[in-house]
Amino acid sequence: METPLTAKIRPDGEVIDLAAYERAGGYQAARKAMQMAPAEIVDQVKKSGLRGRGGAGFPTGQKWSFVPSGPDAPRPKYLVANGDEMEPGTFKDRVLLEGDPHELIEGMIIAARAIDAERGYVFLRGEYTDAGERIERALHEAASKGYLGKDIFGSGADFDLRLHMSGGRYMCGEETGLLNALEGKRANPRAKPPFPQVSGLFGKPTIVQNIETLCNIPHIVEKGPEWFQKLSLTGDAGTKLYGASGKVKKPGCWELPMGTTMRELLEKHAGGMQDGLKFRGALPGGASTDFLTADHLDVPMDFTEVAKVGSRLGTGTMIVLDDKTCPVGMVYNLEHFFAQESCGWCTPCWSGLHWAEEILASIEAGRGSMEDLAKLEHICKMVGPGNTFCALAPGAAEPLQSGLKYFREDFERHIREKRCPWRDGR
Amino acid sequence: MTRIFVDKKPYEINPKQNLLEACLGHGLDLPYFCWHPALGSVGACRQCAVKVYRDEKDARGRIMMACMTVPTPDMIVSIDDPEVRDFRAGVIEGLMMNHPHDCPVCDEGGQCHLQDMTVMSGHNYRHYEFEKRTFRNQYLGPLLNHEMNRCIQCYRCTRFYNEYAGGEDFGPLKLRNLVYFGRAEDGVLENEFSGNLDEVCPTGVFTDKTAKQHYTRKWDLTFAPSVCPHCALGCNISPAERYGTLRRVVNRYNSQINGYFLCDRGRFGYEHVNSQQRIRSARARQDAKFAEIPKADALDRFSSLAAAGKMIGIGSPRASLEANFALRSLVGAENFYAGVSDGEYGLLGEMLGILRQGPAPATLRQLEHADAAFVLGEDVTSVAPRMALTLRQTVRQVFLEKAEKMGVPRWQDHAVRELAQKDHGPLFIASPYATRLDDVASATYRAAPDDIARLGFAVAHILDASSPDVPSLPADVRAQAESIAAKLQAAARPAVVSGVSTGNAAVIRAAADVARALAKAGKPVAFLLTMEEANSLGLAMLGPKPLGQALEAAKGGQIQTTVILENDLYRRAPAAAIDAFLGAAGHVVVLDSLETRTTEKAELVLPATPFAEADGTLVSSEGRAQRFFRVYPPAGDIQDSWRWLRDILGLLTRPEGLSWQNLDNVVEAVARAFPALERIRDAAPGSGFRIAGAKIPRAPHRFSGRTSMLANIQVSEPKPPEDPDSPLSFTMEGAPVEPPAALQPFFWTGGWNSIQSLNKFQEEIAGPLRGGDPGVRLFETAAGSAAGYLNTVPAAFAPRQGEWLVVPRHHIFGSEELSARAPAIAELSPKPYVALGAEDAAALGAAEGSPVEVKLDGAAARLPLRIEPGLPRGVAALPAGLGPLDGFTLPIWGRIEVTR
Repeated sequence: METPLTAKIRPDGEVIDLAAYERAGGYQAARKAMQMAPAEIVDQVKKSGLRGRGGAGFPTGQKWSFVPSGPDAPRPKYLVANGDEMEPGTFKDRVLLEGDPHELIEGMIIAARAIDAERGYVFLRGEYTDAGERIERALHEAASKGYLGKDIFGSGADFDLRLHMSGGRYMCGEETGLLNALEGKRANPRAKPPFPQVSGLFGKPTIVQNIETLCNIPHIVEKGPEWFQKLSLTGDAGTKLYGASGKVKKPGCWELPMGTTMRELLEKHAGGMQDGLKFRGALPGGASTDFLTADHLDVPMDFTEVAKVGSRLGTGTMIVLDDKTCPVGMVYNLEHFFAQESCGWCTPCWSGLHWAEEILASIEAGRGSMEDLAKLEHICKMVGPGNTFCALAPGAAEPLQSGLKYFREDFERHIREKRCPWRDGR
Repeated sequence: MTRIFVDKKPYEINPKQNLLEACLGHGLDLPYFCWHPALGSVGACRQCAVKVYRDEKDARGRIMMACMTVPTPDMIVSIDDPEVRDFRAGVIEGLMMNHPHDCPVCDEGGQCHLQDMTVMSGHNYRHYEFEKRTFRNQYLGPLLNHEMNRCIQCYRCTRFYNEYAGGEDFGPLKLRNLVYFGRAEDGVLENEFSGNLDEVCPTGVFTDKTAKQHYTRKWDLTFAPSVCPHCALGCNISPAERYGTLRRVVNRYNSQINGYFLCDRGRFGYEHVNSQQRIRSARARQDAKFAEIPKADALDRFSSLAAAGKMIGIGSPRASLEANFALRSLVGAENFYAGVSDGEYGLLGEMLGILRQGPAPATLRQLEHADAAFVLGEDVTSVAPRMALTLRQTVRQVFLEKAEKMGVPRWQDHAVRELAQKDHGPLFIASPYATRLDDVASATYRAAPDDIARLGFAVAHILDASSPDVPSLPADVRAQAESIAAKLQAAARPAVVSGVSTGNAAVIRAAADVARALAKAGKPVAFLLTMEEANSLGLAMLGPKPLGQALEAAKGGQIQTTVILENDLYRRAPAAAIDAFLGAAGHVVVLDSLETRTTEKAELVLPATPFAEADGTLVSSEGRAQRFFRVYPPAGDIQDSWRWLRDILGLLTRPEGLSWQNLDNVVEAVARAFPALERIRDAAPGSGFRIAGAKIPRAPHRFSGRTSMLANIQVSEPKPPEDPDSPLSFTMEGAPVEPPAALQPFFWTGGWNSIQSLNKFQEEIAGPLRGGDPGVRLFETAAGSAAGYLNTVPAAFAPRQGEWLVVPRHHIFGSEELSARAPAIAELSPKPYVALGAEDAAALGAAEGSPVEVKLDGAAARLPLRIEPGLPRGVAALPAGLGPLDGFTLPIWGRIEVTR
């Protein structure tokens, strides 16, 4: 089984430096890309079937093809790596950022070539300080060898790449909120259209791409789209960094073929549930995805298949719920996070999520009523896709609406017994 | 036009507007908050949700925000669909979650967009059972009250204040449901347009603090269509009264002038009308004191003076055409003098000549749509404040066009701003000192007035070599002139702005030459000249003689009587000269509404009406004649100046005494006497105008207390006062339909109690008022290119040893006479000072704030020094219209010495 993304990562947790990265074949793809026409790179990425790993799964090559090209295109063009990994339960990009920063840089060099961008930023979650130091060092290494800066690889093209540490809001991980933050503004989302590909950072054409997505690029260029497609078990190409957290025996993050089932993740890689606990459900792709239950354990984890059962692959890092953890408490915790992280721009989000948090707190504290469940359902409807300005609130509604569906009895028990049955002992 | 279907009915709409605008434009009720017709769409509040259907077969439809939706041909839309109605009710429930429901004690109550939209959306029962968030309110200065608990987070305030008006000391703080709109700390809001927050805010977060001191609900106010008296732009306003005092001023939309916004001077200057210094009865001097005398006595005394011998009259740039004309009729054209300084007289004559030959003055709306602007010598924010807000939009035009070309509609506000970033279109400002607009200027030029004129002439010469060249222009200035000329030449719709700020005629001529060179090149140039007062241009058009000649004439001792109309002469010439004049001017009769230094010297003072109690016609700096109407009848013996003068004419058995029965008669007389003013007849319908036989009510039909207001005096209902001068009634009785725009006292329709009801009175959203915007333009461009160049390039400014050229430095708060008498404006006015550039101050050995002696032509004053870093060497500045030397016509050479 091939693991191209993580193959170069050292088992001791130390970062791979430029020399070691090059010894392992690094920057060959970048050199190759410099000989390719930008359109050819875009074409290869399109053919590979690579879909964005940030959660939405938009086809990467297609996204790049929207960037205006040619001599009349606005300048400068920007490439931004979204490393604001703040989704609760998600820690996959961190593995790449800390373990193999040159892979990201190489991916960005190639992506910049593809869209003819001369400036790039790595927008990093503020708490990822180790990753920040490692990237900073790697950027210096790459620049000192002429892989970044002016006339990179002697190609005549410039690519100036910098690190930006986020001030720290979940909203900064949203594509357009990130751009506003990078411009020094409030991290409110922007309306689309115009899409960032046309008017993005500082009003110029911009591609914002997830870290894992970018790390795939060197391998696609090096080994070709067909190779990439064959890595997968299902229709969605490539490998995927999957993760598991919660009360499993071995929480972690693993690079596996796209389409690996939740059961395999849980039982084989995470070592199953901790002793004495039973699996009740999981958020398959981070906090903003709908719960799946034991009935769905054999669903292949890819964009298409997970959507068919009413959830989303998201970031591919599942949060597991066991039978000794209160699902109401879990959902309350998540909604507390989302309400806190609402940027305050659109009404359904800032009012709805706050309201949901208050209701959940009161149910959890034993003060809830059956009408509250209808109110929660109403809020979920209010913040549905299209009703809000960006995807934050619809994402926030996913664990809540599915929690109400799969764990309704637990909610009702809180209300009937006027207490949390888990917290107060059974 | 494009056809769309809304709830199965077809509508023809303008496809350049968004779906919300299209719906509102057809009178459909669709609630909204964050969208504003001047601010565009940002999609934040989610209140204007509609259902849009793919085609006839689509039964489910999609919820979309109308404000963010481009209407497409045959689009199928539903406002009434139950699902989207529920959604809108849910949104308003969310918005109202933290709202304190304190309508009974809220100043916004009864004119509140949030109330209207809540009722419209059908939300009334609150399901939220938890604690509301609460905030600490801030002190924001004397103009606005802050009550953040009422906030619904629609972001309109910051979009207006920061993005539209360029303010920097205010904005959103914090996140989620806790967003706080305020300043980093308590303090006076810095932006000169902050008062608009009162109208922009859909609820009671920002309310008029001056109105709070004598608060009255909208439905209990009496309004009138009026024109702002505080500068020459002629912004339309609706002043409001109850119990004989003026309570507030709100914006009265005019698409060509003020649009949706007023400046703070215009909004808050009104309280001079309620001043303790109002003259409310006739006064006659007896020995050293004044005694109040009855009207009949006053008229007797006046008429005996008028019959006694040579009489001269001094007119006023703040009095109506009719009042000035009545004075001119009384004293004769040869004895009618302009009540402005000789310097200003010269400038007004210059400007009138230029405007007559063309290019004709542009409207503010035309200026807004210009794509490059050259401001020559003007401190626009201080002299014609509303124009500064317009110029802030002018610099956005290139990006609005760029966005449109990229398929981003102009109304999609934040997307357009993202494209533009901090960049802006070409705006060049040449002025002696830094101005508040410099932050959006592409380049500025700091120089003495003559050098500013030379820059202008140089630009004109580069644009058209047949205009005069400027000899010995420094290379850097020539380079700047070339860059300005290139931008103006490249523009499709260039604008040139100049005026009275520097007090220098050459600056105005230079601006005219630039405008003419552009016009000659076939450009539709927007040319605007600022003037000082509400009727400066109107006064000039009546052809008065200069004040200096009156001062001279008095020296001969031939003048028996001097009649001074609504004017404080001490603002027009140095105090010593006016003292001498009033001493030699015979019997001095002053008509005015407020006590001034001049009324103090008078023998007879007649109580005239201030703008809120008067009718008349004003000519704005755009050359627009506009009628303003009294809000309430003046009390006691107070009457319009023209009526006082008519009464005298009557006592002198002159025909006007009989023929001038109402304002129409005077308007007619002016129009006949002055062909250039012929069109003022059409400024508004005359007093005989009726709708279905009825007058137009000044008060809303819900006006309360009508029968009990005077019950402590008389239980039977008194007859409502009559208004012979206009087709407006002083009560709520009258035609319950929409009057012509020039007669619209206030905006209000069923279900739309707030100022946002304006949507219902426009031809299309943000377009002209139905039937055309008020006012008639007196100047229209003939061929601008026909006008020759003025060809008077001044010599370069040469600093003098030991002397400074003292230029006027205007202030939005303090430089204008009437608004400075309003307490809130007075609080914001600067203290008198003299300003020097940093280098000159250092050379003089004086520090900021240290006292210096300023000597101007025989007068001296000790003033604190203010260092204005941009002032050129050899140039000093005194605040215009305030301080001990306010009578001097600036610029003038003077000495400044450090006091020991």
